[in-house]
Amino acid sequence: MNTEINSTPNALETRSVVKTYQTDFGTIQAVDEVSLQVGAGEFVALVGPSGSGKTTMLSILAALLQPTSGQILLDGDDLAGMNDKERVAMRREKIGFTFQANNLVPYLTAVENVELMLRLNKRLDKAGKLRARELLARLGLGERLHNLPGQMSGGQQQRVAIARALIHNPSLVLADEPTASLDTERAYQVVETFAGLIHEQNRAGIMVTHDLRMCIYVDRVLMMRDGKLVRIYTGQEEIKELIGGGSH
Amino acid sequence: MKQILTISTYLAVKEIWRNRGRFLLVSLVIALITLLVLFIAALGEGLGNGNREYISKLNADLVVFQGKSDFLIQASRLGRDRLAAVRRVDGVQDAGMFGASSVNLILADDNSTLKVAMLGVEPGHTGEPRVLEGSQLSTDLAEETLIDANTAIRTGLTVGDTLTVRVTQGTRDELFKLRVVGVTDGQQYSLQPSIFVPFFTWDRIRPKSEAEVNSLTSVANVFLVKLDDTAQVDVVSQRLTAQVGNIETADLKTTIQSLPGYSAQQSTLNTQGGFTLFIGILVIGGFFQIQILQKVSQIGVLKAIGTANPIVAASSIIQIVIVTVIGVVIGALLTFLFSLTFPPTVPIVFNGTTSAIAIIALLLIGPLGGLVSIRYAVKIEPLKALGLS
Repeated sequence: MNTEINSTPNALETRSVVKTYQTDFGTIQAVDEVSLQVGAGEFVALVGPSGSGKTTMLSILAALLQPTSGQILLDGDDLAGMNDKERVAMRREKIGFTFQANNLVPYLTAVENVELMLRLNKRLDKAGKLRARELLARLGLGERLHNLPGQMSGGQQQRVAIARALIHNPSLVLADEPTASLDTERAYQVVETFAGLIHEQNRAGIMVTHDLRMCIYVDRVLMMRDGKLVRIYTGQEEIKELIGGGSH
Repeated sequence: MKQILTISTYLAVKEIWRNRGRFLLVSLVIALITLLVLFIAALGEGLGNGNREYISKLNADLVVFQGKSDFLIQASRLGRDRLAAVRRVDGVQDAGMFGASSVNLILADDNSTLKVAMLGVEPGHTGEPRVLEGSQLSTDLAEETLIDANTAIRTGLTVGDTLTVRVTQGTRDELFKLRVVGVTDGQQYSLQPSIFVPFFTWDRIRPKSEAEVNSLTSVANVFLVKLDDTAQVDVVSQRLTAQVGNIETADLKTTIQSLPGYSAQQSTLNTQGGFTLFIGILVIGGFFQIQILQKVSQIGVLKAIGTANPIVAASSIIQIVIVTVIGVVIGALLTFLFSLTFPPTVPIVFNGTTSAIAIIALLLIGPLGGLVSIRYAVKIEPLKALGLS
């Protein structure tokens, strides 16, 4: 399915992305001809049942996995045509990432975890340090700057991860099940903050989630099934209808 | 490169500092290995030194043995009549007779005895050690002795004292008094402290079999030869063998290697030291491998956010180096402190070169042991580590 999505200038565009795996039982098509576009300042959710290909798609978008065919254009650069070294550089410079759990480097404090992205990008100056502190304070962690991950709750750790994903001004911010280990109240707080920062800082954001309730903060919901992009929910009405339905 | 070093050092130091208890434990294990390796090296040096000290400090270039004695000093017998022939050989600057025996030195305070090597040397000739205090031996027949520093420390004897040696000659125990005229540096021989006496005095008072007691012929063990030109060792050696009958010659190195048990002892201790280093490699390798296995997801996160492999590898190497250096420094300090508590009878000698080689080897075992874990860290796939595949 080739779905044109209307948005602002595209930060991310994929063209007919395919990912196949060879197994003992034959070829598995994990992602099947997926084309999508996400504009700067747009926050979208990627949903679907288990095995629908959303995690594989996220890995491809994160430059962690090479597609079998197709193009992934991030700020006009095709990730699919890059070698390992170039993809590592893209992950460092243009992509922000939060994971389900074990997000943070355990021996670095909250502020050191956030500053790490600036260090890796050779941009840790006074202004950068100040920005890291401000961002964490904004996320309600002003009192936790020097706490190690082990001294913080799951929600606080996720917020540190969000700050780390945004601090280096990436074009694309990806979140893999960011609420998986949180209670409902914390989950809403984390996603709302995430969405707010993406909109405010004009980043392209994609969140993979199995919890449809979290979609109230996104601009669009992309639904995948059997590796294909099968439907796009646009506008609050459609999204609320999806959430209200409670099923994929 | 600078960027890689800066970030990897930052990550390595932060991780060590925030987990200092765990890393310190590994450093302490390395410290114990260091202690063991340095002591084995020092013991090897001490035992080796105890065997070879006198010979290794000789101002001789060649040692002349009786033919077919297999370069064994105790097995060699050379009559005095051959000495003149040796001295006549072109290229020989000087030659001195040398005889070695073991005697009991009777200590004045409690009549206890100390076994010492009594070495017969010719005053003024090759083989007589230089004194640090007092004077050299005067004549070949004088009832004088030079004592080495080890004898001086263990007996308290000084220049001007008279010592008594007990010797068995035939079936009788004889006591001989000798006046201490000088003290030399350490000159151990056959793992014993030594005393030097003029050759003919030595030949008169040395332990003898019944048959030798009434013999009038002076017999040395070997001749110690000094050459005009040390570069001519091979040439003069051939000349000696050709012109003086029934002898064989060896340089000092060969003579030392031929000392009874010397090579076997050194190779045993070297093997022990090698095995200890090998155990060190396994211990360090095991620790870092387990540590890498425990932090697969953490390394996965670092890689996923764009940390390049050289930074991950360099960080691991720096950690290993820091932990190893701390361990070796603690171990070396412990070794030094322990060494202060040992009595002079324990044959432990900390030789600068040997200790330096041991320390360099110890510093290398860390990175060597950690190679497998570094390779593993570099190969971690962020997708698998994060459970995304």
